[in-house]
Amino acid sequence: MRIGIVCPYSWDVPGGVQFHIRDLAEYFIRLGHEVSVLAPADDDTPLPPYVVSAGRAVPVPYNGSVARLNFGFLSAARVRRWLHDGAFDVVHVHEPTSPSLGLLTCWAAQGPMVATFHTSNPRSKAMIAAYAILQAALEKISARIAVSEYARRTLVEHLGGDAVVIPNGVDVDFFAKAQPRPEWQGDTIGFIGRIDEPRKGLPVLMKAFPDILAARPRTRLLVAGRGDEEEALELLPAEFRSQVEFLGMISDEDKARFLRSIDLYVAPNTGGESFGIILVEAMSAGAPVLAADLDAFAQVLDQGAAGELFTNEDPEALAEAAVRLLQNPDRLAELRERGSAHVRRFDWSTVGADILSVYETVTAGAAAVAAADDDRGPGLRARFGLARD
Amino acid sequence: MTVTLIWILAVLFAIGLYLSWTAGRLDRLHSRIDAARAALDAQLLRRASVTQELATSGVLDPAASIVLYEAAHAARQAEEEQREVAESELSQALRAVFGEPAQVDAVREAPGGDAATHELTEAVRRVPMARRFHNDAVGAARRLREHRKVRWFRLAGHAPFPMAFEMDDEPPPALADRAA
Repeated sequence: MRIGIVCPYSWDVPGGVQFHIRDLAEYFIRLGHEVSVLAPADDDTPLPPYVVSAGRAVPVPYNGSVARLNFGFLSAARVRRWLHDGAFDVVHVHEPTSPSLGLLTCWAAQGPMVATFHTSNPRSKAMIAAYAILQAALEKISARIAVSEYARRTLVEHLGGDAVVIPNGVDVDFFAKAQPRPEWQGDTIGFIGRIDEPRKGLPVLMKAFPDILAARPRTRLLVAGRGDEEEALELLPAEFRSQVEFLGMISDEDKARFLRSIDLYVAPNTGGESFGIILVEAMSAGAPVLAADLDAFAQVLDQGAAGELFTNEDPEALAEAAVRLLQNPDRLAELRERGSAHVRRFDWSTVGADILSVYETVTAGAAAVAAADDDRGPGLRARFGLARD
Repeated sequence: MTVTLIWILAVLFAIGLYLSWTAGRLDRLHSRIDAARAALDAQLLRRASVTQELATSGVLDPAASIVLYEAAHAARQAEEEQREVAESELSQALRAVFGEPAQVDAVREAPGGDAATHELTEAVRRVPMARRFHNDAVGAARRLREHRKVRWFRLAGHAPFPMAFEMDDEPPPALADRAA
């Protein structure tokens, strides 16, 4: 099958959607499909052979922050050329509501189109204004995929229509087979994420940490991620600061080893998450998970069966749960076991097969219809309709 | 006078263009429904065929075989108006027979059973998927068709008002479990 995948965000900037697309493309290539990914990228960044650059993304203020987007005449032309050269059986657009390559592709493409909705943003003002335009473009999508039940609900509420839920994928064995590192073992709590982004919840964990140390003084907190370390430590009284170690940005290999080594993974995120891939990675590596009770997290953790949940933004609840878990090795072992079993449904072998069955479902239907009106050429009105959109 | 006339013509032309564009949109939505319906038909047929094969293969006990054969046969032969009911009954029959993981394992152990289970699993998972895509397309077309401009100018032409396909498509838990 010839598959075209559209990535709306810069390939040079690491991010969840980009990694998802990379893994998906590589999974399909391993299965012998032809895959081309269209993504914004600087001209001098080295790209894998299956990625086609759509030019540099331009930083513009959008929706309250600066987003790097692709739009305008030149990008639209590149999208058209890519679609024309690729002659794809199916085009898979990611995040079609962001005013970038995804939306441009929806405009230009014909034939079977699949779209994945990653974020569950509340409806923005810009989206309400652009609703009519957006709707006309989104109508072309034959199959919609939401990454979680939560993302699906937001999609149904804000855009109407329906979607199937297929979670994000993880290479479970990559994490499960990583070697632990001794210096990260022994009474360690782990956190991965941007340090300076309050949404990721490090401040909540910092507030809870003294209480955890009061009960278990030998506990160490390992923090992996970019950001200002001094600022992060300000919330913590000086005498406890020696128990915190910052590892900075870590590679994928180190991330897997990190998750294999720690005794407890804490995800104190305060909101804005639609999936929670890091929880899946932690469970893949066999790390017991303690997470804020966000809708998306509760779903990934099977409503608390595969990992523990604490009241969102409540440091005391976090500290209490963490201490209870750390003092109970049997419970930790049980969580490791349950997590490892639960996580199999997020492995690429399952997720990739599901996405492929979506492709097959839409292409089968389109082929049947195309065969039926093969002899009926495109009418003037249809041609007009195509010319106008 | 001439200027006014030119303006009126320009506005009429713009309205015409907009209506034509809307008609194009509607046309595309209708062909999307056709495609989604064809896909749904294919998946339903596939599910009924696999069920019938399993029922006649002799790997199941006679009672289960008869239940499945009857349901699959009825689903394949159903008239258009009876289709949703017949397909729902096939879902129920499948759930009744494959309610227990032990039954699935028993089929797997039979010669060729692994392939048959795999096919059935694929089929029962794809039916809800195809149905959701179909009903999504129907919903989008309906929203547009209910709009004033479409009704006043009869942009939908003679195309029948699209109907959603409503059925019970819950797969048997023993087949749908992803943790395996």
